[in-house]
This record gives sequence, structure tokens and C-alpha cells, in this order.
Amino acid sequence: MDVQPGKPLLLSGNEAVAYGALVAGARFYAGYPITPSTEIAEIMAVEQPKVGGKFIQMEDEIASLGAVIGASLAGAKAFTATSGPGFSLMQEHIGFAAMAEVPCVVVNVMRGGPSTGLPTKTSQADIMQAKYGSHGDYPSIALMPNSVLECFALTVKAFNLSEKFRLPVTLLSDEVIGHMREKVVLPAPETVEVVDRVAPTVPPDWYQHYPATSTGIAPMASFGMGYRFHVTGLTHDPYGFPTERPDEIESLLQKLKNKEIHNPKDLTMVEEYMLKDADICILAVGSVARSARQAVKMLRRYNIRAGLLRPQIVWPFPKIPVEEMLEHVQFVLVPEMNVGQVRKEVERLAKDPRHNIRGLNVMNSVMITAEQIVERVLAMELKTKGARKGGRVHV
Amino acid sequence: MSETASESNNRGTGILPVLPVLPERPESPARVVPEEPPLQAGLTGPAVRFMDRRPGVYSWLRVKKKFPHMWCPGCGLGAILGAFTRALIHQNYSKDEVVVVSGIGCTGRIPVYLDCNTLHTTHGRALTFATGIKLVKPHLKVIVFMGDGDALAIGGNHFIHACRRNLGVSAIVVNNSIYGMTGGQVSPTTPSGKRGTTAPLGNIEQPFDTCALAIGAGASFVARATVYHYNLMEKLMCQAMSHEGFSVLEIVSNCQTFFGRLNKSGSHIDMLKQMRDRAATYSPTLDVAKARSEGKDLVVGVLKQDDGRKEYCALYEEEVVRPSMAGKG
Repeated sequence: MDVQPGKPLLLSGNEAVAYGALVAGARFYAGYPITPSTEIAEIMAVEQPKVGGKFIQMEDEIASLGAVIGASLAGAKAFTATSGPGFSLMQEHIGFAAMAEVPCVVVNVMRGGPSTGLPTKTSQADIMQAKYGSHGDYPSIALMPNSVLECFALTVKAFNLSEKFRLPVTLLSDEVIGHMREKVVLPAPETVEVVDRVAPTVPPDWYQHYPATSTGIAPMASFGMGYRFHVTGLTHDPYGFPTERPDEIESLLQKLKNKEIHNPKDLTMVEEYMLKDADICILAVGSVARSARQAVKMLRRYNIRAGLLRPQIVWPFPKIPVEEMLEHVQFVLVPEMNVGQVRKEVERLAKDPRHNIRGLNVMNSVMITAEQIVERVLAMELKTKGARKGGRVHV
Repeated sequence: MSETASESNNRGTGILPVLPVLPERPESPARVVPEEPPLQAGLTGPAVRFMDRRPGVYSWLRVKKKFPHMWCPGCGLGAILGAFTRALIHQNYSKDEVVVVSGIGCTGRIPVYLDCNTLHTTHGRALTFATGIKLVKPHLKVIVFMGDGDALAIGGNHFIHACRRNLGVSAIVVNNSIYGMTGGQVSPTTPSGKRGTTAPLGNIEQPFDTCALAIGAGASFVARATVYHYNLMEKLMCQAMSHEGFSVLEIVSNCQTFFGRLNKSGSHIDMLKQMRDRAATYSPTLDVAKARSEGKDLVVGVLKQDDGRKEYCALYEEEVVRPSMAGKG
């Protein structure tokens, strides 16, 4: 499909994800059809053979991510796209990819849950699944776009992080973003920063597939390159062979965890909007952040100093920006389309009892509007001001 | 493939930049079948053959790193590993072009001992990983080892779909009729009436016939051997690996530790003898029903070979890539 960079286009979020993946260098896609992510697979079926890549429709989501991991081990940048039920099936292999340190990208276009739920409606209820879905302690990286252009940009970013850290990375889009069409101007592919995995330069005899490094970043060989290594989901030593020695297990799991905690520069990505002088912070992620941004503008018109904090990388949770924000705001509102998955993370960071954190949780699959957020803020504002000095709100 | 891919990049307009294509596929080296070494005067038989080939076998194993192996004494997997390394030597593959993938279980431990590209995956999913590897690098030889529970219970779905797809991967299913690593539970191939720890009074379910399932699902090469038929096993491994499309080789093996003990089948030697007595060599004229009535229910040999069907990667190149490129140009 002809996509002209630099010219205005009318694209949906799923299309932007597909083009983002192609620009990031993805040359393998394996997937299983599921609403509302199917468009990504359909575009890949057309585009991959044109760029020398491979597309395959597998028998289920477990097999899809299995094939993606196999392709990644063979040296291709690979990804798959799915929605809630498929994402649950993929958890087995997300754990494998984290343990075996295989870079890959999983796009989860969230829909209403639990179980089959609401295939054609939106939700943000997979945020915790993206963090804790698989068994065991493993590092998770998840990104949440809030616009079509960001679907493109964060897909490229997801591939870059995945290749750099040798980890599975989740892109948490949702039905609204995936199916919404917006005017976008895509950057020229040459100007997009693309990170490729680093190939080892040592002789094969010296090669360790899992060397112990403090940041967890290491070069990676692929099958057929002349480095004969073993890859396993069992706890392994630096060469990849199964081990049951407590010291080796400890250092392996610590190294995995270090990827998440020793690289805050790479793994913190937040957008602030009118937050400098704000008394009230609206912390929102993904599609809800669009309404939240509008709500901030409306509240400013009422002379209420509101601001928006929007984590674009939601896992690992942006500890430093959120803690800084908690220092100087009176209260925080977390609107989200679930029972409060992000709010609990904010509460965890708020150690001071004076921190006032409230949620606006909508689970009826209808997008939260700016008016709902404004109403909630005004109610909170009235309550606080009333308690303080009988203050007045210009409504 | 690489030539057409780079062409498209040069020609490409719009968003797609001149992107790096996947590494070029090197021409597979011409297969040179080594001549049988001359036998020493006065000595004949398997002993000499073993001595002649011994250094070769060792060169394919991670001898210094990973041995002794973790299987029970008398387990059929040792013989299977031995036959497999000999088959690899006979095929004259280089160690870098062979990828051995496995699932979970006793059989899943085979790749650890082999000095090539090895991947030990999740339970039952080995074939899906192999699919990804083969599609990205079709010049690699991908061999998948699975146990019976691995291939037919948890991985049954992946197994039949791999058969249907006809991707150039060899699946070797080691069938010992029981879950050995977890301690003797019944598997999908445990014969009716036989005991496992989860069927203490005998299995009331009907077992799968691995080869019939593979034929039904459309695999283009299906064969069966037992660990008793060692030379046949080695030969069939060579045939399975040289086959263009998807090949299934079922190897009936023994688990005297659990299956033998629970079903009073005796030692591993006794179990091998039972395999010998139960086996009938396949030929188109073989009356399977008659052989079965005589107690010969294990039909060994090549049960199906269809060389006419195109391999998946070749088909993808021909039917998908070429028209896509043409449409684009």
C-alpha cells in the first residue's frame, strides 16, 4: 500500500501499527484473527511478501507467538497482534521470551473482558495482564499510545526497546485507537530511529548467549550464524544450559529484573500537559488520555489549575515522574476504563497520607468523556474547597 | 528470494525505505555421501561399524559439557540419540545448518546433548517454534523431537496443523506410551487396559495411532521404527531428514522405569524383545489385519511418502512472494 511520508493521510490506529512495524524492520508476522486487531494481520499478509518478509496464519495464539519467537531466534524482527483472549493464551510464550531473552513485540488491541467479553467495544482492562500475566517474576515493558500517530511512533519504539533489551514488549492499543481514523503526517522512514540487535563479535568458543551484565543488555547471535548455543525456558547458566545451582539461578533472575530497574532513562516516557503549576493532576493512559487532555483545557477555563500526566511507557511504571508530581499537587484523579489498575500503582507510590487519589472507573465499554472527568474533578474540588474555607467555584 | 527482495526495495516508493532484507540464503552445500569405510579383515558386524564411526559421533555431542546424560539406564532415548548423530553424519550436514528443537519431557532433553543450534521450548509447542525458524531461514535443517504426550496431547493441535502445512521440518515422535518425567501417568498413546499412575486400574481410553493421525492430517512422509530396529531407525531418520516436506517419524521406545514397572513388562531387554515380536515390516502387500491378528500390531517402515507435494517455503515463494512482487513492480 502506498503511504506517502510528509503528506496528510487518513489512517486508523491498526494501520499505523502495521506501517510502524514495517518501518521498524519487522520481517516476520505470525498471527491468529481476532477482533479488533485483525486489520494488522490483513495488512501484513499483503505487505510482508513485498519487503522480503514472511507472513503466516497459525492455528492459535499460542502457536503464533511460538512462531514469532522461533523467527526472532533465527534473526528476524518479528511480531504478532491480538486482543484480550489471545493475549491470555500468549502468556505462556511471553514468559518463555522473557526467560530465554528473545526480542519480540506483541500488539494487544484491548477489548472488553473478562473472557470473550465485548469483542467490538473498548476497555483498558489488560494493563495488569501485560505486567503480571505470565507465571514467575519477569521484566515487562508495555507502551500505550493515545493517537494514530503515536501508534506508529510507539510501535517503532516497542521494536527498538525489544531489540535493545532482548525482551518481549507489549503495545497496549485499544479498540477506540485501533479503529479510529485520524489525519496523520508520517515522518520519512529515514528520519525514524531504528535500533537493530547487536551481533556478537567474539569467536564462537567464547560466546555466551546469556552473559551476566549489570544492565542486562548483551549482544545476541541467531541460529545459523556459526554460534552454536542452547536456548531453553529452564533456569540456565550464561551458556544457556539448564542449571539448578542456587547461585546461578539467583544471578539469572536478578539480571532479568535489572533490565527493568537499571535502565530508567530508556524506560521512562511520559507526556506532561499544563502540569507545571497544577493543583490537580489527571493521570491517564491510552485513549482515555484524549478525554483527559480535553478536560484539562475545560477546567483551565474554569480557573481550576489542572494538568495531565500521561505515561506512554506504562510498564515499568514511571516512578520518578509520578513521585515528583505527587509532591506538588493537591489531588490526583485517575480516569480509566477498568476497576482501577493504574490507580493502584499511583497509590502504591503515594506514601504520604495527605495524598488524595481518586479514580473514575467506567466499565460499561463506552469511552470516558471529557465532561465526565470535569464533573468528577469539580465534585472533588468543591468538597476540598468547601472543607477548607467555603470557597467558590466558577461554574 | 534475496534477489527479488532487494529489487523491490530499490523500486519501492512511499513509506518503505531501502530496508535491510533478511540475510541471504547461502546455497546448500552439495551432499556428499561418505563411502562406507572398508571393514577390517577378520572383524565384521556392528562392533566394527561403531568403532569406525565413533569419532564422528563424538564430534556431534557436547561431550565435555553435558555428559553423563540424565536418562534412566536402559532407556531407549540413548539409542535414539546415537542413531540420530549417526544419521546426521551420514547426511553430511554441517553443525551450523542443523537446528534441533524439542518440547518438554524426557525426549525434550535431547538437544542439550547435541552440539548444534538447539532450542528447548515450552510443552507441546516445539513445532510452532520450528515453523518460525524454518520460514525465516529455509536453508536450515530443522528437526523437532517430541515425546508422545508432548506431540499428541498438549501439542496435538500444532502437530496436525504442521502435517497439513507441509513445511520442511522433520518431526521425530518418541513414543514410550507414558509420561516418564512426571512419573508414569497415562498418555494419549497408552494402550487401552495398560496402567499408569493416573489410571491405576487400567486405561479406559482409546489410544492414538501416531502414524495414522499424521497420514490423516496430510503429512507427506510418515514412517515408524522402534528402538529395537536400530539400523532401520537410523535409515528412516536419514530419509525423513532428506524429505522435502513435513516428515513424521514415530519411534516406539521403552520406559521400563514406569511403563514396564506398572504393567509388569519386565526389564528393558524384555521390552525390546516384545517390540521385536510385535513388529511387522510394512510393504504395500502387507495384510495389516492379518498381521494384527497374529499379534504383530507394530507396522514399521515407511508408511507414506508423497514427493509430489510442494514444500511450504517453496510454495510461499512461488505463490505469494512472486505475484506480490509483480503486483508491486
